[in-house]
Amino acid sequence: MKAWLGHHLHSLKTALHPFRDAPLATLFTALVIGVAVALPVGLYVLLGNLERAAGGVKPDAEVTLFLKSGIGEPQGRELASRLGRDADVADVRFISRTEGIDKLEALGLADITAGLPENPLPHTLVLKPREENPQAMEALATRLRGLPESDRVLLDTDWVKRLAALMDLGQDLVFMLSAVLGLALAAITANTIRLQIYARRDEIEVARLIGATDRFIRRPFLYFGGLQGLVGGLAGWALVLLGLALIEGSVQKVATAYGASFPLHGLGPLELTVVLTLSMILGWLGAFFAVGQTLRKLESTL
Amino acid sequence: MIEISDVTKRYPGGHEALCSLSLAIGQGELVFLTGHSGAGKSTLLKLIAAIERPTSGHVIVKGQNVGRMRRAALPFFRRNIGLIFQDHKLLYDRSVFDNVLLPLHIQGLTGSGAFKRVRAALDKVGLLKKERARPITLSGGEQQRLCIARAIVSRPALVLADEPTANLDEAYARDIMDMFRAFNEVGVTLLISTHDHDLIRRYGGRNVQLAHGRLMT
Repeated sequence: MKAWLGHHLHSLKTALHPFRDAPLATLFTALVIGVAVALPVGLYVLLGNLERAAGGVKPDAEVTLFLKSGIGEPQGRELASRLGRDADVADVRFISRTEGIDKLEALGLADITAGLPENPLPHTLVLKPREENPQAMEALATRLRGLPESDRVLLDTDWVKRLAALMDLGQDLVFMLSAVLGLALAAITANTIRLQIYARRDEIEVARLIGATDRFIRRPFLYFGGLQGLVGGLAGWALVLLGLALIEGSVQKVATAYGASFPLHGLGPLELTVVLTLSMILGWLGAFFAVGQTLRKLESTL
Repeated sequence: MIEISDVTKRYPGGHEALCSLSLAIGQGELVFLTGHSGAGKSTLLKLIAAIERPTSGHVIVKGQNVGRMRRAALPFFRRNIGLIFQDHKLLYDRSVFDNVLLPLHIQGLTGSGAFKRVRAALDKVGLLKKERARPITLSGGEQQRLCIARAIVSRPALVLADEPTANLDEAYARDIMDMFRAFNEVGVTLLISTHDHDLIRRYGGRNVQLAHGRLMT
């Protein structure tokens, strides 16, 4: 057990050597990996912020109920107060036909309304649903259509759907970028490991001649791959933070123009852990493939 | 200790380095392997250390058929053999001490027990005072002694040395031969290839002469 621990500690120490011996080269590799990590992570963070922003400026989702022309104002008001007690409805506003025409005139459409022989508008109820997702709103609208007083029900869920579709698209993009750049990360690691193995072939040859197992030879390289992935992941995180800091100013300007404040969010601790773990695993995997292949090739030249 | 029966080694390209060679070496023997260069001395040593496999015939070391050994078993087999190379094969990126520590480390020995053995091995070859030095700063004779220290630190019962005294002047060569003699006296089996006939005359021991991959007697 102690020997096993000693082996692993020593492998870890050996894996750290390139960081000490060639800090610049290692830094550059970490930066390249960092860029590969930063692209999908940056897009992910941006999407998250966008979603929050959209939630903040979203106009109230409303369902509009036009009453039949035969329904009078007292009946309409009565229906409004009845619907106001409904569990699915957060708020109801009654707009009488006269109020409606006044609103149109206030909007500058007076010349049109003046030409009309009589007020064509029905009494109208504007309802705010308690839940704002498209399904709940659709269900509420169906229920309202079934009312005897109901003439037409208007429901504006299109923009909610569009936003959801855009967010889905963004998430797909994050996924795809992650897959492609994850592959790149593994490939970059594989390449650096290959170079390292060639640089240390004397050592590998000697170790083999005096009885080192493949596992003993492989271990430091695997550790290095994982470490490089981890450092690259940290570099990627730093790049994302840097990017956020760069756009923070202009985002605040936009937010202030809308009379709001909008702090940008980075990665949460859980998300950061996931990103770092993934880049570490990918680095390890890249190293695993490179070591297996390169050592076999070296052996045939021994 | 070593039984070689009817061994032929043909390299890709058709060159036949050894040709139906048979040879037996007993426990505790001191054997000199001589012959012109290209006679097959290095090939024979490589076959015994399982660095090469015979084209035909059997190489049996300590009862194990080396030619048929599984790849995974090779490292454990090699740990019982001390290998000394003409070109030393030292690692120049670490100290003298760490070079000798490597075989023990590979076998999973660490800590003060391992350090003690490294110092004992360095003491035997007279390099104890240079344990912190880098191998590149050592003279040719010292590098060869370092290679010997690395070969004996894991206390192998069999030591194979390929031209250990080539490129060394006589005083150094005699130093090294005295060391080998001392190992042999404590029971280590030694197989040393050389073309220095003066040395053999002086130290006695068995002489196996090779020519064109065959035994000359």
